[in-house]
Parts: sequence; structure tokens; C-alpha cells
Amino acid sequence: MALGRSFEDMCAQMYYRGKMFGFVHLYNGQEAVSTGFIRLLQPGDAVVSTYRDHVHALSKGVPARAVMAELFGKTTGCCRGQGGSMHMFSAPHNFLGGFAFIGEGIPVATGAAFSSRYRHEVLKEASPSGGLDVTLAFFGDGTCNNGQFFECLNMAQLWKLPIVFVVENNLWAIGMSHLRATSDPVIWKKGPAFGMPGVPVDGMDVLKVREVAKEAIERARSGEGPTLVECETYRFRGHSLADPDELRKPGEDVDFKLCATLPCCIAFGLMCKFFGFFISYIMLKHSSLKGIIRKSKRSGCCR
Amino acid sequence: MAAALQTAGTLTASSNLVINSERFRFGSLLRSPAGMKGTILVVKSDGRHTVGFNAGLRGANLIPNAVAAKTEDSAKSTYSKPGHEILLFEALREGLEEEMDRDPRVCVIGEDVGHYGGSYKVTKGLANKYGDLRVLDTPIAENSFTGMGIGAAMTGLRPVVEGMNMGFLLLAFNQISNNCGMLHYTSGGQFTIPIVIRGPGGVGRQLGAEHSQRLESYFQSIPGLQMVACSTPYNSKGLMKAAIRSENPVVLFEHVLLYNLKERIPDEDYICCLEEAEMVRVGEHVTILTYSRMRYHVMQAAKTLVNKGYDPEVVDIRSLKPFDLYTIGNSVKKTHRVLIVEECMRTGGIGASLRAAIIDNFWDYLDAPIMCLSSQDVPTPYAGSLEEQTVVQPAQIVAAVEQLCR
Repeated sequence: MALGRSFEDMCAQMYYRGKMFGFVHLYNGQEAVSTGFIRLLQPGDAVVSTYRDHVHALSKGVPARAVMAELFGKTTGCCRGQGGSMHMFSAPHNFLGGFAFIGEGIPVATGAAFSSRYRHEVLKEASPSGGLDVTLAFFGDGTCNNGQFFECLNMAQLWKLPIVFVVENNLWAIGMSHLRATSDPVIWKKGPAFGMPGVPVDGMDVLKVREVAKEAIERARSGEGPTLVECETYRFRGHSLADPDELRKPGEDVDFKLCATLPCCIAFGLMCKFFGFFISYIMLKHSSLKGIIRKSKRSGCCR
Repeated sequence: MAAALQTAGTLTASSNLVINSERFRFGSLLRSPAGMKGTILVVKSDGRHTVGFNAGLRGANLIPNAVAAKTEDSAKSTYSKPGHEILLFEALREGLEEEMDRDPRVCVIGEDVGHYGGSYKVTKGLANKYGDLRVLDTPIAENSFTGMGIGAAMTGLRPVVEGMNMGFLLLAFNQISNNCGMLHYTSGGQFTIPIVIRGPGGVGRQLGAEHSQRLESYFQSIPGLQMVACSTPYNSKGLMKAAIRSENPVVLFEHVLLYNLKERIPDEDYICCLEEAEMVRVGEHVTILTYSRMRYHVMQAAKTLVNKGYDPEVVDIRSLKPFDLYTIGNSVKKTHRVLIVEECMRTGGIGASLRAAIIDNFWDYLDAPIMCLSSQDVPTPYAGSLEEQTVVQPAQIVAAVEQLCR
């Protein structure tokens, strides 16, 4: 999470200094969702994301150096500089993209899940995970009004595909408030409409996300079918670095923010919440939180 | 639907048997002993051309044999063994079945492909043989199940996605353009999309405007996509098999009115090269380039033309993207006159691109402007008499050749 935050902050710095171009969509504030879900996956599991994919790639294990190089268009980037910010792919890590149009990654994720079931049932291949290889599809609240979302919910439940649909509801689709765009803004309730469980979760709390993710992934792995998880989260920056972000009121994020800018402030906030327990629970085996942050800064963002 | 299955009885493939011998005679003169690949001149549609084997395939990560290689001239073997008579839709099924037997990763995805056997019966019986997961009946969600096919192709399967009518794939344009075509590139070569997208298209018998669309003109600009159009039972089976074996995404255009064509095809395994055009009739006076159903209108016109003393050379271009400019170019260099006959609309059709490609590459060999006969730029009317007038008819082809050869 610390790596994700410092990575994205460095992207912003590079962009505003005129060294990075195009559409860059940052993930600040939503790190708990990525970490909470992806860190539970096995190597054979796949992740499909949207254009806001840097941190998903990092969580999946793509080296920060490769992602950053891709953002600079270098051949050492994970896609040889051919994809860019919105098209991060990594075959060795089963990171299936990086999609620029919203919703178009969900069918691809459904296909990966279909492939997983096919390999298990038709090709009789055993996965090292002990069950089916799971696919996670990440997308936002805006996508939940798109046809592909509903079509894939239907197909995934119909064929009991090993997929988890993760909605990162940050309440805004560029400048369109979720409440202005959606007749029924409660997204997790749309899961049961297709026969699958729908679960809401506080997307700012990595431990709660992890709990829900564990259950959803286990469900998928055992062949019980898909789950729709709605993570209530917030993005601290604009939709993209080119977005003036005029419509969001400054005080809106107070429910979501523990502290605004510095990673160590997050650490402070988190420590206040989970003093002691958090330190031992953290995914890296380091002695202190500051050490984690220092290491992430060094590994991720040095050129 | 039932009306479409009653295809015109006059469209038989009997004339092909006579032409085949001429085709491979011509072929043996022009092709090097090592096969096509050794001497290919690859001309890209934007006019740039590079010479040499695997021209354009630079970079260690690119797949060298993206297309199944052509086996020995398989037309010869039509005569070495008796073969078997088959209808075009059965030939497609045979090709599909053979590939599904050969590789368990090949699967079919589409509406009514399973229990119903396909709206044109191309997948009849396959679900019983391979099960419901390998021949997947989907809900009516073209964009999503095409995307699903792409996701499956990225993760190791080899899906064949059927559009019940090619026009329905307009709903899948997002997936076909963005993911199918571009993903291999935007992922830096990490993922291949060995998918085949196939289905019936073209103008049928009074099917109405929306069921009579020619999607090859819409798809031709999509980078990364390969397109072929089949026209005989022989090349249908061959192209189906080659498309499935190819590591590239291939769109296979079939025609609603050609499904009941009958032809004798070889018993043994064969494939057709995806980038090759087919020499249908060797001639001297004019090169007629065509594909799919218009091939038969051209051959009908050819009979009239021969009686009038003309000697047209007919080439079924088969490969709509990329064009086989090697075969086409050789023909142009011989006859110096080109007539393109297509079923696409006039504006932005395959003919328009082909014309540009020929002008870019073979301008000096032309003795007359390239003529292009296409369908009218109108929605296809329902009334039979009107529909007939929107599509190129043999009489128009005869008139065009007479004008060209004046």
C-alpha cells in the first residue's frame, strides 16, 4: 500500500514536471482495495483492471521499475512502451490488463475465468492452488451502468465461473456523481438480482477488505461461483492528472481520509486504529512501518 | 431464416472442377520450388513494401510462424484420391471438428451453436460430441461473449466465436477493435489472441437491411486483425482450419447464400494459406478481382464474356486483409486491366482499399483506370427486385469488361 501511494505520488510529480504524458489515472486513496484483494491471490490467479491500473499491477507483483518505465514509454517497460499507463500487461504475473474503455475488461476477465473452468473440467489440468484459478475483475461505479457489466454478471453466474467482481465505488466517474448517474446507487444489491451474493465493504480498511476478499476468493476457487463485492472508497486526486476536478467539494473526503498527503500520516492513522495488531499483521516482514515506507520509496521510485 | 437456407440452386461449384487444373498449372509456373514464402513480396496496405522472407517480422518476441504454413499444393491431391462430396456448411463443420479433435483447447462460443446446432447448422452435432463447455451456448450478449472469447484466448484456449449473423458483431465492435485487434500490440507482444470470429454475412434473399450487411468494410481498418472470406467448400474447410491454427485473430467471412454449395473435396488433411488469393480462371485480357458470392456472378459473366471473345482472368482474393498483392500483382502485370467486383458498399469497401493498393504498387502496369463494381451505398431493400439492383449483377460485369477492353 505504501509502495502504491509513493509510486502514484511520484507519477504525479513526473507528470507535472512535464516528463510523463497522456492520460494518467492515479489510485491514491484506493490502495486498500488492491492490497486487500490481490495479496490473497496465488500465482496462477489472474487480475483484470481498468485504466487505473498502476497499483493493481504493483500488487500483483509486477516490478515497480517495469511499471514506471512503461509510463515513460521505455522499452524496458512491462509492455515495451507500447501500452502506456492504461495498458499495463504482464503475462508472467497473470496481469491481463489495463483497459482504456470502461467495461471492456470485464468480459476479458470472464473469459479468463471461463478458461480456468475449461482447463479444470475439459483439459483435466490440476491447478497448484488446489481448486480453480480465480480471476479478479476491478472496475468502478461508472462501469456498473454499462451493459458489459450486467451481461457478464449473468454469464458468470450462469456458468458458475471462478471470478470475483470488485467494484471500486469512489462515487465519481470523472465529473459525474454516481448518485446522478444511477437509478439505484446501491451496487452490491445488483448481485442477488443475478443470483450471486453481493457484499458491501469499507474500501478504506484493508483488513475488512481482506476478510471479504478471502471469502469471495475461496468461493470462486471451490467452484461455487462469482461474487459481487462493492468497496466504498474514494480517490484523493482527480480522475486523471489532466482533470481539473472542479465538481467535487473539498470536504467530501473527510469520511474517507484519515490524513491527506504523506504516507507516514497514513501510517500514523492506521497505527491509531490498529495499534500493535497492525504492525504484526502487515504483509511485509519488516520491523517498523517507517522501514516499509522507506523501502518502498527506494525500490519503487528511483530511476 | 428458413428463406435464407433455400439458396439458389444455380450456384453450383461444378465449374470449379474444370478451373482447378488451370489454377494449379498457373501456380506451378509462378511459385518457387521452395514455396511461396521464399519469394514473397510483402506489400502493406499503406503502400510500403519490404522484400524477403517474413518481411516485417522484426524483434525477438514476435511469433515467426503466425500463420499455418501452406502444405504441398493440395489441389493436386483432389485427383489422386476420390475425395468426398460435401456442402459448404458441412465443410466448415468438418474443418472445425477436425481441429477440435486435433487440439482440445479449441472451443466454440456463440448463440445457438450447441443444442440448436448453429443457425446455419455449421456446428450441428458438435455439442453432443464435445459437451456443453466446449460448444458453449451463450446468452444474447455479443460484446461480452466476444470479449469472453478474447479473455479465453489470452489464457490458453483457442475459441471460435460465431456471430449468428455477421451484422450482430457490430455490437461486439468494441471488443473486436480494442481487444481482439490491438491487445497483442498494447501488451508489448506478451499475449496472443488466437481467436477465430466467423459467421454468415452478405446480402441474402430478402433478409432486410440489417441482416444483409457486409462487415468486412467496417473491420478492415482495425490494426492487428486478419480477415479472410471463403467461397467454396474446399477453401471453406481449408481456411477454417488455417484460421484456427493461426496465432493471430482471424475473422472468417462466410456468405448466407453459399452454404449449400456442393463440391468434391479431398479426404486427407489440408489447409489453405490465409494470405493467399485463389486463381479461379486464367486469362489474358483483364484481371477480375472478386471474393465470396460475387465470384459466382463473375464466373457467370465470364461465360458470356468468353462467348463474346474475351479472355478474363478471375482471381478470388480470399484474403481481405492483408491482400495477396503477389498473386494480384502478377495478374495485373500480365493483363494490364483490372476490374474489381465486390459486394461491399462503394464507399470505404474492400474494393476501395484494393484499388488504392494496386495504384500504389502497380500503377505503371495499368493500361486503363481500375474499375470497381460495388453494391450501392444504400440500405438493402426488402423487395426482391430492388435488392437485386443494389448488388452487382453479371450483366454489369460483362458491360464493365467490354468498356475496359475497348
